[in-house]
Amino acid sequence: MAIVVKRKPLNLLEKLYIPEIARGLAVTFRRMLFGETVTLEYPEQRPPIPAGYRGVPTLVRDPEGREKCVSCQLCEFVCPPKAIRITPGEIPEDSEYAHVEKGPKEFDIDMLRCIYCGMCQEVCPEEAIWLQNQYSMSGYSRAEMVNDKTKLYELGGTLPDEHFKWNKKKEAAEHGGGHH
Amino acid sequence: MAEENKENLITVNIDGQDLQVPPGTNMVEAVKMLGKEVPHYCYHPKLSVAGNCRMCLVEMGMPGRDRATGEAMLNEDGTPKIMWMPGPAIACGTKAAPGMHIKTNSPKAVESRESVTEFLLINHPLDCPICDQAGECKLQEFSASHGRGYSRFVEEKNVKPKRTRLGPRVTLDDERCILCSRCIRFSQEVAKDDVLGFTDRGSYSTLTCFPGKELANNYSLNTVDICPVGALTSTDFRFKMRVWFLKETKSIDFESSVGCNTVVSSREGKIYRITPRQNDEVNDTWMPDSGRELYKQVEAVDRLSFSSVNGSETSAVEAIKSAAELLKGEGVAIVGSGRNTVEEQFVLKAIADRVNAKGVYLVARYGDDDEILVSKDRNPNVRGALATGLISDLPAEQLSVLASQIDSGEVKTLLATKEDLVAAGLTVEQLKKVKLVVIDTHASDTTANADVVIAGLTQFEKSGTLINQQFRIQKFHKAVPGPVGSIDDLAALSAIQASLSGETMPTVVGTVWERIAAEGSIFEGLSFKGIPDTGALLDGSAFAGLAFAEGKSLHFEPKLEAAAAE
Repeated sequence: MAIVVKRKPLNLLEKLYIPEIARGLAVTFRRMLFGETVTLEYPEQRPPIPAGYRGVPTLVRDPEGREKCVSCQLCEFVCPPKAIRITPGEIPEDSEYAHVEKGPKEFDIDMLRCIYCGMCQEVCPEEAIWLQNQYSMSGYSRAEMVNDKTKLYELGGTLPDEHFKWNKKKEAAEHGGGHH
Repeated sequence: MAEENKENLITVNIDGQDLQVPPGTNMVEAVKMLGKEVPHYCYHPKLSVAGNCRMCLVEMGMPGRDRATGEAMLNEDGTPKIMWMPGPAIACGTKAAPGMHIKTNSPKAVESRESVTEFLLINHPLDCPICDQAGECKLQEFSASHGRGYSRFVEEKNVKPKRTRLGPRVTLDDERCILCSRCIRFSQEVAKDDVLGFTDRGSYSTLTCFPGKELANNYSLNTVDICPVGALTSTDFRFKMRVWFLKETKSIDFESSVGCNTVVSSREGKIYRITPRQNDEVNDTWMPDSGRELYKQVEAVDRLSFSSVNGSETSAVEAIKSAAELLKGEGVAIVGSGRNTVEEQFVLKAIADRVNAKGVYLVARYGDDDEILVSKDRNPNVRGALATGLISDLPAEQLSVLASQIDSGEVKTLLATKEDLVAAGLTVEQLKKVKLVVIDTHASDTTANADVVIAGLTQFEKSGTLINQQFRIQKFHKAVPGPVGSIDDLAALSAIQASLSGETMPTVVGTVWERIAAEGSIFEGLSFKGIPDTGALLDGSAFAGLAFAEGKSLHFEPKLEAAAAE
């Protein structure tokens, strides 16, 4: 059933039409001459990004420079538009981070598919994937719009870490943890 | 027989529900009959009971009897009085006895499970994000359903060896091990290769190989399958793919006439692993390691990816047309294969009849019997060729009869499927003497010298049936699509037969079966859809006189030996 919206009948001044145009122009001129601008000279000027903004998903390193992702593929699983594609790999035994055992060999996020929902960040057990402040992605080809591992770490940079859980694990292993 | 068993049944009571079970039934299995689950780690239906994980604790009681008179004690309402045991009992170590009562969900049982879970998790590394077992891990599942959800353990966790090589195919992470001893019992009882054991005591207990030994037997990867946690992992599958992405397809192990039931796990057309599928009449829950590597043939470098005529690439349709033209010639012989499916052999038989073949041959492949799940006959479907009438006697390992037929000029055209004729004893010169049509999946000396090569499919890319050593017909399904340029062997053979005979020929498994079953042969009444997942036993008595090569294996007694013993 259609909903009938009741309109307030126009009063005399409104019916006359000209005064209303003048009133509108007055607002325009007031804003133009005395008001603050609400627009930005984009792209030279950029808006401040509020906390918790969900921009382009990125991969981050911990303060030691270790890549935090262990390629558990939970983000790949949870990603609604299937934008994430991971090839898991083993961290070689002579690596400094051999105790982490697993890391991504390849990590691709197709930004033509990504819907910036932030599920990947939410599901990540290692806090390795973050939607940060970058919001504009452009490219000349489809291939260019797929962020590979190098690009993702470039975009992500380093974020502070509260836990250093893998360091604790390595320390325990070196000091025969548990069995005292 | 069945009636006798019924009389023997005893009544037990599970959570207030009466259930009739055969005496001595394990209570874990009895609860399963009711559709409920007693969580367990160490218990495995095909292994001995160890009772060391304590996860299956339930409350248990028996009807009471008066000590003085020996009479049954009754409640006021006349029901038998149940004397509950003061402590919980493990369901896996409890055998059904008349009148036995158990409670799987009483507060005491629930608390016991919670406590056991808490103890198991004390030293568990909780590294699910990097653990291959995640997604099919019993500890993960039961921690969610029977755990507290938080940890009270503030001390340091134990450190044990990680990334240990137990054998060529198995990697061990001792920190994840919950000491259930399934792998040890499997090695002792099924693989008969006693190499695993625990060292040290208490929280120091560590699974390891005996000094100087390694877990290298052909059944080692079964320990990975039965490991309830991620302690034992397959070195091949390690870190390749998370299990929740994998599509599972029911299949059959092609490596020998045992026909182990398998599950092929693939994602987006790429196979990642092969695991056993339970069939209590064939392979229980096991399969050999050698059969798990067969998927590597799918992406092998020598895989044929296009059909060709006289060495130049053509479409499959063109190749089939040329093949049919050649087969219309004189002196046609056919080399089938024990690796063909029953359907392919059926169509091959039709082609053989049509061209009035000078001979139909198979190539026998013999290896060593391991008396478990790899039989001497390394062809999965020689019995299929017998049952479809393609051959009437057991094949030989060498094609010497065919060789002399070629030399004498009797055979001028040859159709070969899935066999390397050079490996089977023909010389390249002999191949050059005849017009050769080959349907195969991988490049060989035979395909190099063939006039027409039709690129076929591997077992993982098609559906079909096989007849194993017990004359059990079992079906397998297509797991991944074949490479571009290949054609289903059955479709190719049917198309050849159609253009030879001028009749239409069904090209898919389901419809070919309508013809197979209509023949009035031992397949009567069967259909591809109608064959159960665990296979159907056929009447193989017509072939009882043949000296099949297989010796004894897990669920197979050779008929000849049995006859000799009588």
